[in-house]
Amino acid sequence: MKHLNLIVHTVAAWLATLLIVFPLIWLVITAFKTEQQAIAIPPELFFTPTLESFAEVNLRSDYLHFARNSVITSVVSTILGLAIAAPAAYSMAFFRTKKTRDILMWMLSTKMMPAVGALVPIYVLAQTAGLLDSLTALIVVFTLSNLPIMVWMLYSGFKDIPGDILEAARMDGATLFGEFKHVIRPLAMGTLSSTALLCLVLSWNEAFWSLNLGSSKAGTLATLIASYSSPEGLFWAKLSAASLMAIAPIVIVGWFSQKQLVQGLTFGAVK
Amino acid sequence: MNRTLPRLLMAPAVVTLFLWMIVPLLMSIYFSAVRYNLMQPGDKDFIGLANFEYFVTDPDFGPSVLNTLMLLGSVIAITVILGVALALLVNEAFPGRGIVRVLLISPFFVMPTANALLWKHMMMNPVYGVLSQVAIFFGIEPVDWLTDHPLFSVIVMVAWQWLPFACLIFITSLQSLDRDQMEAAGMDGANPFQKFWFLTLPHLGRPIAVVVMIEMIFLMSVFAEIFTTTSGGPGNASTNVAFLIFKQALLNFDVGVASAGALFAVVLANVAAVFLIRMIGKNLD
Repeated sequence: MKHLNLIVHTVAAWLATLLIVFPLIWLVITAFKTEQQAIAIPPELFFTPTLESFAEVNLRSDYLHFARNSVITSVVSTILGLAIAAPAAYSMAFFRTKKTRDILMWMLSTKMMPAVGALVPIYVLAQTAGLLDSLTALIVVFTLSNLPIMVWMLYSGFKDIPGDILEAARMDGATLFGEFKHVIRPLAMGTLSSTALLCLVLSWNEAFWSLNLGSSKAGTLATLIASYSSPEGLFWAKLSAASLMAIAPIVIVGWFSQKQLVQGLTFGAVK
Repeated sequence: MNRTLPRLLMAPAVVTLFLWMIVPLLMSIYFSAVRYNLMQPGDKDFIGLANFEYFVTDPDFGPSVLNTLMLLGSVIAITVILGVALALLVNEAFPGRGIVRVLLISPFFVMPTANALLWKHMMMNPVYGVLSQVAIFFGIEPVDWLTDHPLFSVIVMVAWQWLPFACLIFITSLQSLDRDQMEAAGMDGANPFQKFWFLTLPHLGRPIAVVVMIEMIFLMSVFAEIFTTTSGGPGNASTNVAFLIFKQALLNFDVGVASAGALFAVVLANVAAVFLIRMIGKNLD
C-alpha cells in the first residue's frame, strides 16, 4: 500500500511538472528543427537536429549586437547598483537609528510605483538629454528600479552578521575600509553574490523600459525577441533559436540561485 | 561614533531614490495639468483637470480598469491555488524530487517577451499551435485563443510565469511545518483533509499573503505580454491601465492625458502598497 502510494505520488508530481515545463521543452525542440519541420502537421517528434536556425539568427538579426547590449546593461547596472546599495545597507545594518526602519520602508515604497507611472517623465527627460535609444538611459533606469530590492537584500544579509565581530575589529584598530575588506566581505559574500544575481536576472529580463526607451541601437535581447511578433511568415524555428539563446543563460543562473532569488523578491518576508 | 559617516554612506542611495521618485511625480503632476501633445508644439496652456476628465471618460478607461482587475485576480487565484497544490505534491520525498524542483522554477526566469511569443505562436496558433493539434487529436474544434479569448490568453501567459514563483515560496514555507504536530494530528484520527485545513493552510497563511502582495505589485502593470501579443486588442479586449497609458503617451503622443493616467495608476498602486508595507514592516525586527 505504501509502495503504491509512492508510485502514484511520483507519477503525479512528474506529470504535473512536465505539463508546466512543456512549453519550454517544446521551445528547445523547435529550435533544432528546420522551418518546415517546425510547422509540420502533425508535429514531428523524430527528426535530425540542425543548428541552421541558430546560424540564421546570428547572421540575419544580428543576435550578437543585442546580446552585447543585454550583457552591458545588466552587468553595469548590477555593479553600479551594488556600489550605491552596499554602503547604504551597511550603514543601516550597523549604525541603526530610529529612522532606519522608516528609510527602509520608504525605499520599498518607491519599488511599488508602477513603471508606467514614470514612463512619460522619463521618456521626456531622456529625449531632452538626447539619451533615447542609448545604453546609458537603460543602465540608469535599471539601476534605479533595482536599487530598493538590492538595499533590502543586502540589509537583511548584513543584519545577520554579529556586531561583536565588528566591535573587536575596531578595537584592534581596523579602519572602515579594512573592516569592510577583512570582516564584512568574507561574511557577506553570499548575500552580495545573491543580490548581484537577482539584479542580473531582473535587468536581463526587463522588458518595459527596454521596449520603450531603446529599440534598435540600444536594443536588448528582450526587444530582439519582441521583434519576432510580426505576423508575416512563420519563423518558429528562428524564434525558438533566438529565444533559447536569450533565456538559457539566465535560466541556468536561476537554477543555481533560485532560493536566494525568491527570498530576495519577497524582501526576506518568507524564510 | 559620530553620525557623519553612516549618513554619508547612505546618502547616494537615498538621494538617487528620492530623485527617482520625486522628479517623475512632479513632472507628471505638471504635465497632467497642461495641454501637451508631442505632435502639436506650442504653449503648454494650463487646463486644470481636463486631462483627468478626458482619461476617465475615454471609452477604453472602464474596460481597462476591469481588465487590470481581472488579470490581477485571475493570475493570483490560479497561482495561489495551483501553487499550493503543487507545493504539497513536491513537498514529500519521491524519486527525482530535486530535478522536479529545478525544472518547476524555470518559467519564472523566462523573459516576458519570449514567454509571450512562445505562447502566442507555438502554443496558441489556431492552425499549427500545440493546443490546436491536441484539440484536433481529441476531435474538438480548435480555438483561436488570442482572437476569441485575448484576456484569458494573457492570463495564461502571466500565470505560467508566476506559478513557479508562488510554488517555490510555498515549498520553502512547508519545510518549516511542524512534523510532530502533523503526526500527532494523524494519531488523533485527523484525516488528510482535516490536517490540510487545520494545520497546513494556517501555516501557509503568511506566505500566501506575501505572494498575493508581491504579485499585486508586479501584475498591476503587466505590459510586455500585451505589447508583444495582442497590442491590447481586439478592440480594447485585453487593454489594461498600463497599456492604455502607454497608448496615450507613445502612440497618441498625448503627454498630458498619459500623465493624468499615470497619476491614477500610482494612486491605485499605493492602495495595495500600504497593506504590503504594513505587513513587511511588522516583522522587520
